[in-house]
Order: sequence, then structure tokens, then C-alpha cells
Amino acid sequence: HQVLRVVPQSNEELQELQELQELEHLQLDFWLAPSRLGLPVDMRVPFRSLQAVKAHLEAAGVSYSIMIEDVQALLDEEQTEMLRSSRQRSVDTNTFNYEAYHTIDEIYNFMDMLVAENPNLVSKLEIGRSTENRPLYVLKFSTGGTNRPAIWIDTGIHSREWVTQASGVWFAKKIVQDHANNEGVASILETMDIFLEIVTNPDGFAYTHTTNRMWRKTRSRHAGAICVGVDPNRNWDAGFGDAGASGNSCSETYHGPYPNSEPEVKSIVDFVKSHGNIKAFVSIHSYSQLLLYPYGYTTTPAPDEQELNEISAKAVAALSSLYGTKFTYGSIITTIYRASGSTVDWTYNQGIKYSFTFELRDTGRYGFLLPATQIVPTAQETWLALKVIMEHARDNSY
Amino acid sequence: RAMELPPGHFPAARAAAAAVGYLRYLRGGPGSGLQLRQLRRARRQDIDGVGHKYYLELELEDVLDKDRTVSCTAEVLYHLGSNTSAPDVQLTVQGELRSTEEADKEFYNRIRSLEKEFVAENIPDSHGNVPPELEPIHLLAWAASGYVIWQNSMENTKFHLAQVKHVKQVKRNDEDLQFDFVILLHEMVSQEVLPWEVTLLWHPQRGARVPQSRAAPAGS
Repeated sequence: HQVLRVVPQSNEELQELQELQELEHLQLDFWLAPSRLGLPVDMRVPFRSLQAVKAHLEAAGVSYSIMIEDVQALLDEEQTEMLRSSRQRSVDTNTFNYEAYHTIDEIYNFMDMLVAENPNLVSKLEIGRSTENRPLYVLKFSTGGTNRPAIWIDTGIHSREWVTQASGVWFAKKIVQDHANNEGVASILETMDIFLEIVTNPDGFAYTHTTNRMWRKTRSRHAGAICVGVDPNRNWDAGFGDAGASGNSCSETYHGPYPNSEPEVKSIVDFVKSHGNIKAFVSIHSYSQLLLYPYGYTTTPAPDEQELNEISAKAVAALSSLYGTKFTYGSIITTIYRASGSTVDWTYNQGIKYSFTFELRDTGRYGFLLPATQIVPTAQETWLALKVIMEHARDNSY
Repeated sequence: RAMELPPGHFPAARAAAAAVGYLRYLRGGPGSGLQLRQLRRARRQDIDGVGHKYYLELELEDVLDKDRTVSCTAEVLYHLGSNTSAPDVQLTVQGELRSTEEADKEFYNRIRSLEKEFVAENIPDSHGNVPPELEPIHLLAWAASGYVIWQNSMENTKFHLAQVKHVKQVKRNDEDLQFDFVILLHEMVSQEVLPWEVTLLWHPQRGARVPQSRAAPAGS
């Protein structure tokens, strides 16, 4: 739609415009109706009437100007502005908007609200601090016991993979809801604890909001390094520095100066080692729609490959049952690429048999910029796969 | 002799991405975009002194009309030891997609009737949002990026269009529409996000052509 302006200079022109008003089929919307000579007449003209109206005016010798090229674009812009300015902080986790992407402050606030609302189930642990001194928070979901066998889930280790942090927020709420309704993972929580780190790379995440939406790594500066940041999924002590990572600090897969150089990684390593009873470890990424298990740094198959492959088949089928989303599964090195120093290779070598990495939606149409409308469907379907893994861990203690 | 490849493993997936890039360039327009739904089958043949040839069976869908799919057989030949020549891609598409003649014409006329040259940025935006009136431009960027992806694909790369950073229409005296894009390509293996400058010409009957493209200079 365009908005045309005419300033009638003669009675004939004024009459032309008044006649246009009568032509209902043109569906003109007069923002400023024809009234007097010299006063502007503004009319919104739908696209399909544009040619006819312009032809009509030109034939009558009436000059006009295009005030607004594209009304829709303007409306959309306005709406975006309105939404942006009306981002009010929600007061509880029931009014929190799970269908939108949030800032780090909003997510940290969500965590506090969740803990406050469910003090007997959820607690917040600070496992360390990032390079820029942001707290690294892990939510613990537990119905009691002492050092129960546990499941670990992390999201957002690569900061640009926004659907993962958003899914982590949804998972947190889902765990609480299942427990309240005594369904879903409630039975898992009878004998196991769940640890969930939602913003695993907070410095990177903040950077994607303020400066570069495509930032992947941490924000560390190491002596002698020209560029900032280390790939936190190449910094683990499993095949560290081998083929499948870069020694160049400017690379997106820079492994860092030594294993666990990144506090975001070291804090998890320390946590896992001191806990000592983690039975399943899932690290969540996007995009590509894959479910992967070790190894990434070697072609030698993992000793438990057959079992991991079977679990993956089941998990992927469960995921697909909801919206038909197709996932491929297999070991990291055969399915996606050789990668050294990756998270689940380390956790697997620590003895955490059920170590998996997800790559969530999509397959490249939007990639990292997955529309917010897909957050909840993605989280819902992924949760079904996670439950398969968690239930298997519960039913196959080792 | 051609060796069967697991379609779920990366060598086949990379060749498929190169083929789909080429197809997007050939068939792309403001009214439609093709996406890989499934790689059904893949084989590889190592040809001495020539290179590696992949035989692929693809199922593609129209992103604007997901119920419509077409099958495609593709041959992708990566030339031996070459980092400078594009893979040869031959494809045969079976089946018909929905006609975009109306949408193409409407878009063409709309752009041609603009007083000022069309400009836009960040498609999609950070939240994945693409306003409906920018979807045709998004799809044209797909066609443009398809060209760049095809031209720069190697056996150890897999490119996707990450974002359209900037697009500017350039008015022409002939009947083509011209758009100068700055696009971000995401390369899966290195995980790099690389800016490219691409000029796209498009016409409802003549389709898409890329007269020039280059990796954007550092610091851009």
C-alpha cells in the first residue's frame, strides 16, 4: 500500500478528488479528506488500485507525490519498536514468555524466580565465574537424597546458538511442571538429580546481544593470542590439540593455549569430578538436527558404540514423533566432522557412558537465526529425546 | 566403480549442499526457495587423474509450500587438487513445483515502481524474524548465495546462508532488477562466518544471474 498526497490547486482538481472518494471499488482510505483548495489530501491506496488511481490522476493532469512508499513496512517497524519497548519483566515463571529470545539478565532473573517458586525442588549453584567475571549458574533439581546419580544438561556453550539457551529455560520449567503433576520426569527425580546449566557461555551470550550476533567462542584474551576467544567445545582434555581444532586464536575452533584454559570449561570439569556420580551428560548445540555420541577426535569406535547407537535411534524416533522433525544420528567423527577436545569425548572418557551432543533445529534455512516461533516446538521435541536418554540412564545403572 | 556412502555421514551431506546451492541459483527467485528434505542415496567414485565424483539422490521441498516436493538426481565432481575451480554439478529434477509466475510478476512490478532504491538490512534479524514483505528478497539472497556456495564448495566444506547483512537495489536502464548483497555464509567445518559481496541480476523470465561476487575485505 502507498500513501499518495495531492494538493488541489483548482476546483476541477478538488472535484476529481471528491469523485475518487465515491469510487468504492478502489478501496481508498483518505487520511486527509478533500476539503479546500491548497490543503493536502492524503489517501492510502491498496496495491491493486495503485495503477488505476495514478492513471486517473495523470489523465486529469493532477500532480501527486508518494508520501509513504510502503505502508506495511512502516507498520512492521512500529510493531517491532513497540514490542522492544514493552519488554516488561515478568513477575513469575507462569507469565514468562517462553516463545521469545531473552537477554542474560532476563534468564538469570527467570532462574531466581523458579527457585523462589519451588524451593523444595530447585536450587541454584554457582560453579565458577567466566572470564569477564559473570557467574556460572547451574540449576539443581532434586527431591532429596545425598549425591544421587545425576543427569547433566548444558545449553548455550556456543553463544550464537540461541535456540539452545531458550530451550534450556523451557526445560527448567518443564521439569518443575512434571514434578508438580507427578508425570514425565517425576519418576526420574525419585532416584536421580538433574543439573541444568542454561547459559554455559555468558560472556559470549552477552556479546551476541550487544555486538555480534554470530559470536561463538568465549571472550578470553590469552597471552600471545592476536584474537579474542576460545572455542569451548575444543578446550576439553580429550585429544586436545589434535586434528579437528585450530591453534590459531582467530579461528572459530581455536582450542586455547591448554586444556581447561577457559573458566567456563574448567568449572564444569571441577564440578563433574567432585560430584563423581553423573551418569548421563548431554551438551546441546544448534544447528543441523543431529544426535551425536563419542568420539570426535578419533575414528576408533567408542567401546559402547552399539548401545549408544541404539539409544540414539530410540531418542530420535521419540523426537520425530511430535512434529516430524528428522534427525540423523551417529558418532561425531563420522556424522559431522573430526573435532578434538570436545565436551562429550572428555565426559565419556571420564566414565560417563551416556554422553551425547545434540544439534537442534534447523538444517540451514534459518540456521543460528531460528525464528522465535520455533523455540517451544524445538524444546518440546528435544525434551522427548532427552527423556529417552534419562530413562535409559535410570534403568541401566552402572 | 562407485562406492555406496551412508547418507547420514558428512561426505555425502557436503556434496549434497553443493548440489543444492547450484540448484538454488538455477531455480531461485522471489517466489520460491528449495530446501533439502532428505538425502536418499549417495555414491562416490574416485576417478584417477580427474577427481571425486558423487552421485546423489535428493528429495527437495519448496520452503513456502512444504507439502510440495521434487526429486533430484545430481552428480557433483570435485576436481583433483583444485582449490580454485568450482565443482561440476549436473542435475535432473523430476516433478513440478508450484508456479511462481504471478508472485514473480507482482514482485517485479512492485520493485520497478519504487521511487527510491530498495534497501534493507539483517534478514533475518537476530530473533529469526523476516517481515513478510522481505521474504522475496530473502529468497533472492538464497539464489545469490547458492551461486557463491556452488562456486566455493570443496569436499571439506559445507556452506549455508547465515544472514543477509545488507541489500541495496541498483536501478538499471535495462529490464533486469539488480540487488547488491552483503551476505554472511556459515561454513560448517571451520565454523567460520564469512561475509561476501554478491551482485544479483533477476528477471521474471530470464531468472537469476550473478555477474560478480567476492569475499568481503577484512574489517568489513
